[in-house]
Amino acid sequence: MSKIVQGLYYTTHHDWVKVDGNKAYVGATDYAQHALGDIVYVELPEVGEEFGVEDAYGVIESVKAASDAYAPLSGKIVEVNSELEDAPESINEAPYEKWLVAIEMSDASELEKLMDASAYEDFCNKEA
Amino acid sequence: MENVKKTALYDLHVKYGGKIIEFCGWALPTQYEGGGINAEHEAVRTAAGMFDVSHMGEVEVKGKEAEKFINYLVPNDITVLEPNQVLYTQFCYPHGGTVDDLLVYKYTNEDYLLVINAANVDKDYAWIVENSKGFDVSLKNISPEVSEIALQGPNAEKILQKLTDTDLAQVKFFYCKKDVNIGGASCLISRTGYTGEDGFEIYTSNEDVSAVWEKLMEAGKDLGIKPAGLGCRDTLRFEVALPLYGNELGEDISPLEAGLGYFVKLDKEADFIGKEALKKQKAEGLKRKLVGLELKGKGIARHECEVYSGDKKVGFVTTGYQSPSTGKVVALAIVDTEYTEMGTQLEIQIRKNRVPAEVVAKKFYNKSYKK
Repeated sequence: MSKIVQGLYYTTHHDWVKVDGNKAYVGATDYAQHALGDIVYVELPEVGEEFGVEDAYGVIESVKAASDAYAPLSGKIVEVNSELEDAPESINEAPYEKWLVAIEMSDASELEKLMDASAYEDFCNKEA
Repeated sequence: MENVKKTALYDLHVKYGGKIIEFCGWALPTQYEGGGINAEHEAVRTAAGMFDVSHMGEVEVKGKEAEKFINYLVPNDITVLEPNQVLYTQFCYPHGGTVDDLLVYKYTNEDYLLVINAANVDKDYAWIVENSKGFDVSLKNISPEVSEIALQGPNAEKILQKLTDTDLAQVKFFYCKKDVNIGGASCLISRTGYTGEDGFEIYTSNEDVSAVWEKLMEAGKDLGIKPAGLGCRDTLRFEVALPLYGNELGEDISPLEAGLGYFVKLDKEADFIGKEALKKQKAEGLKRKLVGLELKGKGIARHECEVYSGDKKVGFVTTGYQSPSTGKVVALAIVDTEYTEMGTQLEIQIRKNRVPAEVVAKKFYNKSYKK
């Protein structure tokens, strides 16, 4: 069973979102890192780039394949976790600590469309 | 996964936590629980890994003209084989492109087994039948009745030896032995494989294969054996530049272009399908060939990424990975010959970026066969 953390928001693309003021930190869930397998490369956007909901902002590559990372919320990238460039495998080790990007939300009401932990748990059970 | 075939080992894949995908019409594991592709790759390089390769195809060729017929089908020379020797070769189209690559097992001059790729079984069998006209041979596609395990790695011999009285040291590299008793099951074994490591391919009946697998798991418990999936099968063969049909070889890629000239005997006396085209290709000089590329920038080059020199497209990636054994990001690519010299600086288009890459030796890792 994949680990799910209370108090975060979740997307159908298996991303988690942690809100800090007007900033949303985004990462891949434990379910996602399991599904991807050994992560070997992460391609992240530049600070200042803007994305809409469901826009592909980056790429996570496992040994086998490349998967797009989609923005869960619209807004501007204000931080990227450049630590992941040298240690992409740390997402496998601690998925909920290794955020990919921080987005300055342009519309915080979009959070309401995301899942909470229990809804996400149901979602994962249906996928499995 | 409707209409997907299951191998006789399917229940064991589930038991060992296999992550099952559809591959060439078969339900097979990419990797197993508790490992991951890199861990399984490492197990094969340092201890032993066990693969279910039951999806591979097997065709019996028997009869007075079996040798003559196969020699006409393939560019390699099978007349030099001793009984119980195995040969790597290809089937080619008249234009020199590749129908498939395969292993030829010779039992006698009148009795052979061809082992072909899962994705190509129907195509290959039709090809073999179509080209057998006029030859005194009988053909049988026995793929559905045969299961196959590949046991690969430096500890493979030690593990397998626990289960059989046959002296495995006597089975040399690229030789086989029939009717070997492995834990009570009758098997065909060969010292062959697709990882660059020492090891065996073990053919047996669908009824017996699960027992053989479990006995190998038990025998290898203290010798680091792991079930290994399709994921590391690909990274292992890639690191030692063993070709994969559909990537390095294909209808439009000849064995010469894939760097397999050693296996193409253009001077053999017998005619073979594709001989004229391959001779011409060699005489005129290859226009493109397979090279290794090492990426000098960030990204991972995948199958079909385009390769550039300046603004000119000069080739395409056939397979690319971060090599688990070396950590380097490398790729195999078919590139126009004028750009294939070692050290040539090229670029690979990865999504929206052009990533610099250098032409390097295509064996990214040294094989350690026991010969």
